[in-house]
This record gives sequence, C-alpha cells and structure tokens, in this order.
Amino acid sequence: MPDAASGTPPVIHIEAATKVYEMGKNKVRALRGVDLQVERGEMIAVMGASGSGKSTLMNILGCLDTPTSGSYHLDGIRVDGLTRNELAQLRNEKLGFVFQGFNLLSRTSALDNVELPLLYDHSGRKRDTKALAAEALQRVGLGDRMDHHPSELSGGQQQRVAIARALVTQPSLLLADEPTGNLDSRTSVEVMALFQELNDQGITILLVTHEHYISRYARREVEVRDGRIIRDEPVRDRHVAKVDLSGIPDQDPVAAT
Amino acid sequence: MRKSVLVKVAVQSILKNKMRSLLTMLGIVIGVGAVIVMVAVGQGAQSRIEQQIQNLGTNMIVITPGSSQQGGVSHGAGTFNRLTLADAEKLKREGGQLSGVTPVIFTRAQAIGGQGNWRTIINGVATDWQTIRDWPLKSGTFFSETDVRSMRKVAVLGSTVANNLFLGADPVGQQVQLRGVPFSVIGVLETKGQTASGTDQDDVIIIPYTTAQSRLSGSPRIWQILAATYSPTDIPTAQQEMKALLRESHRLGADDEDDFTIRNQTELAEAASGTTQVMSYLLAAIASISLLVGGIGIMNIMLVSVTERTREIGIRMAIGARGSDVLTQFLVESVVMSLLGGIIGLLVGFAGAAILGKVTGWSTATPPEAVAIAVVFSAAVGIFFGFYPARKAASLNPIQALRYE
Repeated sequence: MPDAASGTPPVIHIEAATKVYEMGKNKVRALRGVDLQVERGEMIAVMGASGSGKSTLMNILGCLDTPTSGSYHLDGIRVDGLTRNELAQLRNEKLGFVFQGFNLLSRTSALDNVELPLLYDHSGRKRDTKALAAEALQRVGLGDRMDHHPSELSGGQQQRVAIARALVTQPSLLLADEPTGNLDSRTSVEVMALFQELNDQGITILLVTHEHYISRYARREVEVRDGRIIRDEPVRDRHVAKVDLSGIPDQDPVAAT
Repeated sequence: MRKSVLVKVAVQSILKNKMRSLLTMLGIVIGVGAVIVMVAVGQGAQSRIEQQIQNLGTNMIVITPGSSQQGGVSHGAGTFNRLTLADAEKLKREGGQLSGVTPVIFTRAQAIGGQGNWRTIINGVATDWQTIRDWPLKSGTFFSETDVRSMRKVAVLGSTVANNLFLGADPVGQQVQLRGVPFSVIGVLETKGQTASGTDQDDVIIIPYTTAQSRLSGSPRIWQILAATYSPTDIPTAQQEMKALLRESHRLGADDEDDFTIRNQTELAEAASGTTQVMSYLLAAIASISLLVGGIGIMNIMLVSVTERTREIGIRMAIGARGSDVLTQFLVESVVMSLLGGIIGLLVGFAGAAILGKVTGWSTATPPEAVAIAVVFSAAVGIFFGFYPARKAASLNPIQALRYE
C-alpha cells in the first residue's frame, strides 16, 4: 500500500488486526483491533506486561503468524493471507530478528551464524556471502571475533552477533524482542547504543520491552494492554546511550547470561 | 541453500554425536556388507558353473544307468546296471545325430611309476572321449582306434597324476603300473582345474576302454556313456533318438520305464544354478531385513535429533528457512549417514567376501556393480527412513519451535 504523498510505503501498516486463539471451546482474544503505522527510519519501543498481547503482536509483525482479521502491510506488501513459504521469504528479505536469548547456533562460528540468512535467500542472486557476513560483524564491532563460537563470547558479544545476523540481509525492519533481557545493565546500554547508532544510519527498529529505561532510548513509545494499543507517543526525554555509558562505571566485562 | 553447505551442516551434526551416529550406521553397515558378501558368493558360484559348462562342452549328453522298479519298489539309480558296451557301440553305429560316443568305465587304482605312487581314478574310454570332453593335450598324443581295438596298454595322464608321479618331468614314454599291469604313457592332458563341487578333474588316468575292461574291470557293464551332438540345438532330437535306441537294445516294453537316465549339460547347469539362485534369494532376504532394521534405526535417531534441535529449527525458520529447506537439511543428514554406513558396509563386505573365500575355499567374485548396489540401496534407505522425521521438522510451527526449551 504505497503512500501517495511520500512515494514510499510505511514499513509497518497494520489495521484493525485481531488474533483469536481457539483453546478447546474457549476463545482467547489476544489482539482486539490494533492499528499501527511505522515509517521508515523510526525507532519505536513496544511496551506491555506479559499477557498484554505484546508477544502476539510481535509474532504478527515478524511474519511468524498472521492476524485472524484485519490487514498487515510490511513495506507495502500485504502479509495476511500469505503461504508459509511466502512468509519465510518475507522474513528472510524484509526482517531481521534479535531475540532475548540471542538464539545463535552453537558450535557454529560467529561468521557462519551471520552468514546463515544469506544462505536461505531464494532469489538466486550470486553474492559473496562470507564477505557480507564479515562486513556485518565489523559493523557491530566484532571484526576481530569472527571465528569465535557463541560459547567463547560474552552475552553482549553474542547479542552483537545476533544483531549482525539481523542486519546482514539489509532488512526493512529490525525486530528486537526483549534484546536486553539477558544482559546486565551496562551491556544493555551498550547494545542500545548500537541500536541508536544503526537507527542514525537510517535503519528502522522496533523494540519490544517491558523496561522503561530501555524504551526511553527509542524515539517513539507504544503501550499494549489487553490486546489494544492504549498509548502511542514520542519519547520526550530521549536518552542517548553513548552519553549514559560514560556515567556507568566500566565493570568487569563478564557475561551476564 | 547451497548443496555444499547442506552436506557440511549434515556432516557437522553427524560428527557432533560420533558414537550415536556410528551405532546408527551399524545397521546399514551390516545390511550392505551382507548384500556384498551375498553377491560375491552368488557370482562366484555362478561363474564357476558357467566355466564348468564351457569345460565339459555344451553339446555333451550323459547317459547313466537308471533306477529300476521291482513290484513297485524303486531301487534308485544304478541299482541294476544294464548299461553295456554293446549299448555304446549301438549308439555309435546308429545314432545319426551324434558326433561322437564313448563308454566310460570307472575304476580306482594305485598308479605306480616315475618317482612314486598315487591313488587315482582310471577312465576307460573310446577315442571320441577327447573330442566330446573337448580336452586338449599338454604333450604327447591321445590313443588311436588301433590302440583301442588292439587293447593296447597305453595311458594318458591327467596333470595332477603326472605331477605327482613324475614331479614335473615329461612322463611321455615312461611307464606306469596299474594293478601290476605296465602301461606306457603316451600323453598328458591340459590342466582343467576343479569342478563346482570341488573335485579335481585332473586327478585321472585315461586308458582305452577295451584295455580297462579286459585288464582292470572284467565286466561288460559300464558306468556312463558320453555322447556329443554336432551343435547344441540338436540335443533334444538326439536325446529322443538315443532313448529309442537304448529302449530297443534293452528290450523294454511300451509300459516299462527307462532303465537309464539321459541328461545334458544344460540341464545339469540349470539345476546347479537353480540351487545357487535359491541361496541368493535367501541371502538377499536376510540382507534386506538387515537394511530394514538399519533404516528403522536411522529413523529413530533422526526423530530424536529433530526433537533435540527444535529450537535450532525455529531459529532457521525465523531467519527465512522454508519448510523445504529444513526438510532437505534433515534428509541430507540421514542420507549422508546411511551413505557413510553403506560405504563402510561396502568395505566390510569386500573384506568379508575375501576372508570367506580364503577360509571356505569357495570362489567369490565381487563385481563392480556391487558398489552401485551398495550406494543406491543405502541412499534409498536414507531417503525412505529419513523422510518422516524430516517432514516432522519441516512442519514445525516456528513460534513454538523458538519457544522450545
């Protein structure tokens, strides 16, 4: 759905989305009509307690699930009604995932982990996947750790590898689901500094978090409760993670996983 | 996903659980190994039989004394030997389809001569014997019609006998004593080797049947008549002719059964290869059961592997792996595992066949097709038994797979 005015469609355009899970005879209404529009270059934080429908929304935005009713356009492409394979292709091309638990493949080097999404590319174009993966790792500051396995990296470093993996396909949207949930506070701020840096370079980022001190690094804040968006406003006291870092004492960089 | 990457991923995950993979492969190893040994033994027997038919000549017809019945009691083959020299002579005279006929008188004797003595089989035969058996001489000559008619004491030695008595020296012109009767050696036969049943064909002395009868056996009965036709296609009509001639000479009435048996080499060969065929089927059945069990082992381990790696599958799907990508990954893994098992099984089978050949003395032949059979079978097992687990992996829901602990 291209926006006639600007010429480029919004990255996320979701309208009246509902999600109903049938559990035996009971129907669980996880989403009760969600409208959200995210423009290119935004950095938005989705807040919400557990059970608010935040995860369901995240799954739908991440093309892992489709809404029961309503419409969802990702980068101008209508997502609801797509097949499993089409969803997989969309995830591969348009989305980069960063998870709370990093979700790297163990016994696989950082470089191979980052390369993985490129190997699932079905467009048939020839690319130097190793070089692209190395470039992405350099971008997150891990150019010297490419051959390390996840077990040899700290939590913050593992999350950087995951971010590099999300970036390597040059996605339209970076989806981060509680990206700092497994990290100590200094490492969390470091990761947020990386997100802010990437956002400054023009990458659209959607964070899901339940911690206010994380959401204030975003530009816009959305709160979900009972399957609806109850608050959608710009972050007024936006923090700059790089500045905050100078105020936090440099701890022993031990992984807090 | 690129094929090289798929194979690499598969090999990595197989190496991750070395012991487990090895035990899983064992079933395939045994299955393929059994197939190879079976093929080797079967082929060995087959080629041995074929070689033997060549050795005997495909035109050859063998007449042996048949069974006889007295008041409904069958006495078995050779109980009443009514085959005589007269029968052989009649066939020789009147058998229009036959290129050659020879009676065979068997007797055992201790042969003394040269450097030692040797117990062997004496065959008393006619001159036609050499062409019927198609057996060339290594040195010297075969005896002539005159030798036969004059009951000359001449002998042609099989190579085993010649070697044992004369230790490699040419025995032509030397003397050999059989039951105290001196025979002069006029020729030595070429080496023919063993029969399929392991009898040494070269352990033999050939003398004129007239001499054998008068000097050694003293009976008009003979144990065998060998005949040959001009071409293999003449065999059926020749057999009919011989049957009629023998019934006539034995004065059998229309209701009487034959008191002789006529067989040709093709029938003998067919009977023999029929036996090996049954053996082959039996071994094949055992081998395929083993492959089946091996395949079930692979399926079992792949199912475990899919469950263990649910989260990995979730990650792969989240970053864009399609169901078909995941399916291929697990299918490649099971095929690589079964192929590896197949290759190990191939080596085990080759070694097993060689050892079996050494220990039992059976001839074994491992044909190049065996390699193809092993590869195709093990790959097929990998695909067949890997498909269900791979399907299971491919149809996982990515959200649930990601949440799996």
